[in-house]
Amino acid sequence: MTAYEKVKAARAPGRHTGLQYIEEIFQDFTELHGDRSCSDDTAVVGGIAWLGERPVTVIAMEKGTTTREKIRRNFGAPHPEGYRKAQRLMAQAEKFGRPVVCFVDTAGAACDMEAEEKGQGQAIAQSLVDMMALKVPVISIFIGEGGSGGALAMAVADQVWMLENAVYSVISPEGCASILWKDPKRVEDAADCLKMTAADLKVLGVADRVFFEENVEFESLCRTISAALGEALEQSSALPVEELTARRYARFRAYGGLQDK
Amino acid sequence: MQLKFLFKKPNIELEQGGREPTPPEPSRTCPYCGKETPIAKLWEDKNVCECGYLFRMTARQRVEFIADEGSFYELWPDLEGGSPIAFPGYEDKLATARKNSGEKEGVVCGTARINGHPCALFVMEPYFMMGSMGTVVGEKITRLFEYATEYRLSVVGFTVSGGARMQEGILSLLQMAKTSGAVGRHSAAGLFYLTVLTDPTTGGVTASFAMEGDVILSEPRALVGFAGPRVIEQTTRKKLPAGFQRAEFLLEHGFVDAIVGRDEEKDTIARLLEFHEGRRRV
Repeated sequence: MTAYEKVKAARAPGRHTGLQYIEEIFQDFTELHGDRSCSDDTAVVGGIAWLGERPVTVIAMEKGTTTREKIRRNFGAPHPEGYRKAQRLMAQAEKFGRPVVCFVDTAGAACDMEAEEKGQGQAIAQSLVDMMALKVPVISIFIGEGGSGGALAMAVADQVWMLENAVYSVISPEGCASILWKDPKRVEDAADCLKMTAADLKVLGVADRVFFEENVEFESLCRTISAALGEALEQSSALPVEELTARRYARFRAYGGLQDK
Repeated sequence: MQLKFLFKKPNIELEQGGREPTPPEPSRTCPYCGKETPIAKLWEDKNVCECGYLFRMTARQRVEFIADEGSFYELWPDLEGGSPIAFPGYEDKLATARKNSGEKEGVVCGTARINGHPCALFVMEPYFMMGSMGTVVGEKITRLFEYATEYRLSVVGFTVSGGARMQEGILSLLQMAKTSGAVGRHSAAGLFYLTVLTDPTTGGVTASFAMEGDVILSEPRALVGFAGPRVIEQTTRKKLPAGFQRAEFLLEHGFVDAIVGRDEEKDTIARLLEFHEGRRRV
């Protein structure tokens, strides 16, 4: 598949969504609502669940499956209250020493007047600060689209995993083609140039692990992810907190680390 | 005289990060009132037109206005990057930006004194690809916070940015997390960070270190937002109301502490720095 074909696969209407992964991978998922400030964002679902014998905090961007639900969930584009809900649930996870697992799937943070009025920039910035300093292990899994800052706000993690056909980019190929080249038709070039596929991001050291999904049953894929999560959380939970946060800092510190001449 | 600003369309070409800056001219014409003012006169007036319009300033001009004379010591002045994801045409764009701005990259960092108060200072450069954040900008800002944490300095930062620099792909985006990590450590060490938002501050810079200050000031009428106004209009197919995403709007919605004009900027910053130095020196 070309890069743009992968973009289309990541956006395909029948693709599995965050809640479906949660239901398949974890047990007894108990959803917790609200940002404790003004609202509950339906584009972000979060709560507590069991991963085997371990309680974990799970947060996912949810696009919805039916047309009606997609509209209700704003097509998985979170508003500031969605990020603030995630912050609240992460703080709660930290208090009880639960690891955090995030599922990322969004074309981008909500782009409308309400989002700006409620401080979309500030909400994302706060998530970045919080996640960088989070004292429990956090793993982010890209299951579909990873659109810019709206995706990053749930992907400041100890490990970043991606499905084979998930994408992650600073800007959509459409945006890149029309802004940079003033030619909306060059989306395929843009998708190539942006290095946004899971395979590209593995090479760049942004994705630690890529899960194959071609010819793999959903249940089987989820079993693989579940086993990988169990193993990774076993290891990271054994680390002293200082070591855990120091490693996360070092991970992000290294991106674009430049040497003086 | 204030009203007419509200009806002007926002300066959207800035979001594209691509417009070539014009070289210095003997005078500048105000886009609002049309008055032409000689550069020398503007310099005295801190680049403010008689009608109140704030002309954009280069990073060096700002350093000169804000730092006490001779107090600025630049850090990592020669740090440059290449094209980390080999994006077509990017090297040429960088070369043009370097030539036109006279800067190696989109931010100037250093240490300075402001009315005698020591601080670490960063000033973003609007004439370098509209202050867009790539790996060098992210690296310099991260280093500045690490430096300030080590030497226990307050940080003062002037932001102006079209957002993450798309030609560096995901690595630009990740600078948001990297800088936020460094701001977080500086903050956890009990140190003070002040941002001054200037026109325009948008995208990934708004959604990271611009909005992470202990105190956030803004210049009057500065455009500050996550999504750019044109993108919102295209997405929602609605015209934005006058004054949307301007500094005054952010103040009203609780996202900036105060709006400060250029003539009071230095004294306000100095006063805030002093509050965070412990006891007043009398």
